[in-house]
Amino acid sequence: MVKIELKNISKTYDKDVTAVKDFNLEIEDGDFIVLVGPSGCGKSTMLRMIAGLEEITDGEFVMDGRLMNDVPPKNRDIAMVFQNYALYPHMTVYDNMAFALKMRKFKKEEIKKRVTEAAKILGLEDYLKRKPRALSGGQRQRVALGRAIVRDAKLFLMDEPLSNLDAKLRFQMRAEISKLHNRLKTTTVYVTHDQTEAMTMATRIVIMKDGVIQQVGAPKDVYDYPENTFVGGFIGSPAMNFFSGEVRDGEFITADGIRLPLPETKAQAMKAAGYGEGPVTMGIRPEHVTLEPPAAAGQSLAAVDSEVIVSELTGAETLLYSKLGSQELIARIDSGLDLRTGETVRLAYDMELAHFFDARSGDRLKLGEEAAISV
Amino acid sequence: MVKQTAAARPKLSKPKVSHFETIQGRRQALNVINWVLLAAGSILMLSPLWWMLVTSVKTMQEVMTYPPTFWPESWNWSNYMKTWEAAPFDLYTVNTLTITILVVIGNVFVNSFIAYGFAKVPFKGRNALFAIVLSTMMIPGFVTLIPQYVLFAKLQWLNTYYPLVIPAFFGSAFNIFLLRQFYMTIPDELIEAAKMEGASHFWIWWKIGLPLTKPALATVAIFSFNGAWNDFLGPLLYVNDENLYTLQLGLQVFKGQMSTQWNYLMAGSLLVLLPVIILFFFFQKYFIQGINLQSGGK
Repeated sequence: MVKIELKNISKTYDKDVTAVKDFNLEIEDGDFIVLVGPSGCGKSTMLRMIAGLEEITDGEFVMDGRLMNDVPPKNRDIAMVFQNYALYPHMTVYDNMAFALKMRKFKKEEIKKRVTEAAKILGLEDYLKRKPRALSGGQRQRVALGRAIVRDAKLFLMDEPLSNLDAKLRFQMRAEISKLHNRLKTTTVYVTHDQTEAMTMATRIVIMKDGVIQQVGAPKDVYDYPENTFVGGFIGSPAMNFFSGEVRDGEFITADGIRLPLPETKAQAMKAAGYGEGPVTMGIRPEHVTLEPPAAAGQSLAAVDSEVIVSELTGAETLLYSKLGSQELIARIDSGLDLRTGETVRLAYDMELAHFFDARSGDRLKLGEEAAISV
Repeated sequence: MVKQTAAARPKLSKPKVSHFETIQGRRQALNVINWVLLAAGSILMLSPLWWMLVTSVKTMQEVMTYPPTFWPESWNWSNYMKTWEAAPFDLYTVNTLTITILVVIGNVFVNSFIAYGFAKVPFKGRNALFAIVLSTMMIPGFVTLIPQYVLFAKLQWLNTYYPLVIPAFFGSAFNIFLLRQFYMTIPDELIEAAKMEGASHFWIWWKIGLPLTKPALATVAIFSFNGAWNDFLGPLLYVNDENLYTLQLGLQVFKGQMSTQWNYLMAGSLLVLLPVIILFFFFQKYFIQGINLQSGGK
């Protein structure tokens, strides 16, 4: 059982470069936290501060009630998997996995038991006598995981562990790490810039930008209710479409004057929130823009004629690049249709599922629909 | 019919060129020139060694003849036995080996430890300190000779091996530099991983640093061996007791004030040189690597 509290943590380099600002997070036992954000957002720095490889400039890192700020990394009982695996090249797979246990003066039999067990979980039994250079990328990654597993540490840290693998292997290892977490239930903090990894693996996602947390939440909540335009644009692929415009008379009017009527409840909620009239940014996911079908019950579709700029067949679906007025958009539609560039299609916007953000700050308008989610 | 068409086809005549105008020919010619030059260079470099060898088997009379002979009249291999018996060379060998081994151990471990610190342990003033260490390389050794002698005299270390051995345990700028360069190529993540796994810097150095820098350590070991084995000035300055003499000092018995027994001196020198030559043959790779490291290449 472990409980981790990160309170008001900041990291400043050379007194003026801030890498992490006022980071607050509580991590519960068994959590799989994914820190995600573009490069330079401070996610790796945050991880290294938890590891003890970077000093915490300000704030408190508490683990099971004990302040860890000044505890050296070797006494933190935290295992880490590095981006480049950081396997010791001169040691065999067995010795690599046994190193931490040897350092902690475990008995030989205990070491053997643990290493063999970890090797079995990871399918490395046949490679224990090999040196890392005689292994493939995926196998090295497994050894790196094995090194963490044998320690039975309180907390696992993983710093972009899949970024050196090719796409297919990454896909496979992603599932394996998830499986491993389900099996071991070790609390994990995982850093990545890949939103797909974040969405598929996390129990909770922490989205960061410029050293500041943008949103913390379960993958689905973050996807369905992004706190601001940054989160909306970052999570999800292809990214959410944003249109600037304004709200007037229960309609969203784009900057080009195209009118998209709002569902009654939404219009009223916006009015109640003080956005009944004035500039807002509308966000809508590509899958919520469709070729106009007859509206099903409860749906509120606004349809607009648009010209096809490019249509990309990805296999199961087609990505349709078009414009709403002068603003670019991507729609995700069924791939049954053969659409040609220049063709006009009628696109329907599911306004019930559209998101609205403050035009200036980019923050989500609180319309009461998030009430159901718990953060 | 077939014959006719064959005859009708215009013949492709090869242009007449001399062999040395073809690419292959030129390459061969270049090869020949290279070999000749290399052979000439090798003969030039080996000639002193040859001169030592022939002198060592000549009689003293033949050594003094003019013009000198490049092929001895008689090969007196017994000179070698006489040389070895002329002084307690067994003892000198043991003495020299003792000093050399201690110096090699000191140089390899201490310099490696210091270099690890400079490369992988961040601390305030690290770069400044490293610059100071490097600057000691700019001071010619002879400048510090007298103060050093005075220092060792005050420590009452004269006529002992301390002045020859102890300094090797305090690091040398050149070796530190060489090993630090090598350590820089080891990724920091490796050190960090070991830190997280519970190793202190000392253990990281011992378990990861040392094994991964083996090639550079071999270079340091060879250079130190060479230096200590061939050191003449150090023992000459600090050692007076004949029982403490090294091989290099021992060879002096053949150099009298009036005359020098060149044949014995050469025989002795060749014997003393032998371990160094053998070492070179086995560790040539590391010698060259060492020179590469010096020039900043990899």
